[in-house]
Amino acid sequence: MKRIALLGMPNTGKSTFFNRMTGASSRTGNWPGVTVDLLGAKVLLGSSMVEIVDLPGIYDLHGFSEDEQVVRHFLENNSVDLVLIVLNTSQIERQLSLALQAKQLGLPALMLLNMADEAKKLGITVDPDKMSKMLEMPVVMLSAKYGTGYREVHELVGSRVASSQPVRLETIQEMLAEEGKIESAMDKVLKSTVQIPARLPDNLTTKLDRVMLHPWLGLPLFFLVMYLTFQAIFLFGKPLQDGVTWMLDAFRSAALEPLFSHFPVLLKGLLLDGIYNGLGTVATFVPIIILFFLFMAIIEDTGYLSRAAFLMDALMYRLGLDGRSFVMLLMGFGCNVPALMGTRVMRSRSLRFLTMLVIPFSLCSARLQVFIFITAAIFSRSAAPLVLFSLYLFSFATSLLTAVLFKRQFANTEPFILEVPPYRFPTLRQMLMRGWLEVRHFLIRASKFIVAGVVLVWLLTHLPTNVPPGSPQTLAGMIGSACSPLLDPIGIDQQLALALIFGFVAKEIVIGSLAVIYGTQGNDLMAMMASHLDWVQAYSFMLFTLVYTPCLSTVATLKSESKSNSFMWLSLGWSLLLAWVLSFVFYQGARALGY
Amino acid sequence: MSVVKLSTMGPGQSGVIAALHAEDELYHRLAEMGFRVGNRIEILRLGRFSGPLHLRIGTTDLMLRRSDAQKIDIAAA
Repeated sequence: MKRIALLGMPNTGKSTFFNRMTGASSRTGNWPGVTVDLLGAKVLLGSSMVEIVDLPGIYDLHGFSEDEQVVRHFLENNSVDLVLIVLNTSQIERQLSLALQAKQLGLPALMLLNMADEAKKLGITVDPDKMSKMLEMPVVMLSAKYGTGYREVHELVGSRVASSQPVRLETIQEMLAEEGKIESAMDKVLKSTVQIPARLPDNLTTKLDRVMLHPWLGLPLFFLVMYLTFQAIFLFGKPLQDGVTWMLDAFRSAALEPLFSHFPVLLKGLLLDGIYNGLGTVATFVPIIILFFLFMAIIEDTGYLSRAAFLMDALMYRLGLDGRSFVMLLMGFGCNVPALMGTRVMRSRSLRFLTMLVIPFSLCSARLQVFIFITAAIFSRSAAPLVLFSLYLFSFATSLLTAVLFKRQFANTEPFILEVPPYRFPTLRQMLMRGWLEVRHFLIRASKFIVAGVVLVWLLTHLPTNVPPGSPQTLAGMIGSACSPLLDPIGIDQQLALALIFGFVAKEIVIGSLAVIYGTQGNDLMAMMASHLDWVQAYSFMLFTLVYTPCLSTVATLKSESKSNSFMWLSLGWSLLLAWVLSFVFYQGARALGY
Repeated sequence: MSVVKLSTMGPGQSGVIAALHAEDELYHRLAEMGFRVGNRIEILRLGRFSGPLHLRIGTTDLMLRRSDAQKIDIAAA
């Protein structure tokens, strides 16, 4: 029987390919010269049965590590008719060496460039025909994950193995020439067959790094870059957001109001004030999110984020996090949702969870709107900026405190090794594609969740039907008074309690809900609030709003990213508890001091 | 030729990897990045406040924490 061996580095999708090729027929077995069990299977290829063996993932054939010795001993003691070399295309710069070693050993080989889709996203293109000529072995692009290119591989393997002769190697160690030869051959193949996005010349990267990673200038420069990025997002995003709001309002009054005018009042209210306005709130955030991802994609693809991780790792390490966590935390100041999704790059589950636990305390742009409104209403013009600044400090402090408190529960052992890529120019296509994928993901998930949330809040504030909406006699009002034993000690009255319920869905509707609750808006609302609340109550309300929970979208993202209900509840419960304790200490403390 | 721990080396110094005393996960991550016995390694800079090391191996630049760098022996050239 003919024999095929699968060879490749770890994490190349070799096992996924093996499973696809062999179905459920695989079993472990013993092989001469090898002390560990290897996975093997017999499958029908073309007209004859062929045996396929999955060798351990290795980085080269020299045999320094245990797995490398297993592979070496297997090849020295068993003959093979064909070696399938599985490579991760996006790492082809480092992985091609394995194929060259196989070629040097004279193994009959066929190279599979796996994860072709991922490489394409990174802008890496390969000329498989040319590479095939240079390496003197067939080269096929493949995505084992999505099954593209798979049929071609199946046929090629069948015809190849039918005509090949078995080879058994004598002593691999002596047959492999010095590393230098392989490296120069690799350079030659890479140069003429692989295209990697325009990268700045190495000496330019070195010069840029001298400034960007400067011992003293590095961090201030980094904060400046982030500040300018947020400024740019809101500079371009705000007019777009206003435009979307205007269009949604116009559509509502021109088309929807007349269309639903004959509907029962309750149904009309639910459809228009509940679902349409709720979805509209999500829609107005789409421009900001698109811009956010676009800018982040640019910064990330240029290779700058890994420099930021380098600069901040020393501090984050002491908090149980790493440099990448800091970058995500900063992204959270724009919006928590993409920041949570960004933690996907982390391999260790505990590191990822600890980072996700910390992100919701980032004072996002939606919370900023609420704080700007309230500080303008309650505080003097000279005190307002200080109040805002203090809220940013609280945001940082609660994040750091959370990390310190939970770092033992989420102790991570993930080694922090990160490539520092050369600075690159991302292509326009690459940026747009990434932005689009993330936005689509956000819309699909957020819309379902938000519809349910806004319908619920609308019903709570409109039932029963015989009392004024939003009044203390509604369900929401009853919840408000039921909460009063908890909220009175922190200075939050029933009107503000209702706003907190709205704020759970999205912070963007807090101001709108206050307008409904107080029955007025704009400057009148500010004056009304100033007459109802003193500064201690207002600050306590803002502290609570900052910490208690980000919004439904963030909670939904926490759940979908962690795939764990208990983690979502932990995050929610901890935020609520921390918010209450903070506000309690502040409110009672201030009152005790006579304010 | 003297063997030192990578974590004790300074910016601008270089050497050849002599041994990796890393456990499984770290070993795999290192190997993925091109850390192999016999490969030349150069230290570009050190992060402030005992931050990570900025290294160059072949054509790859990367960062590595000092605690992990302790597990790597370098034969100084």
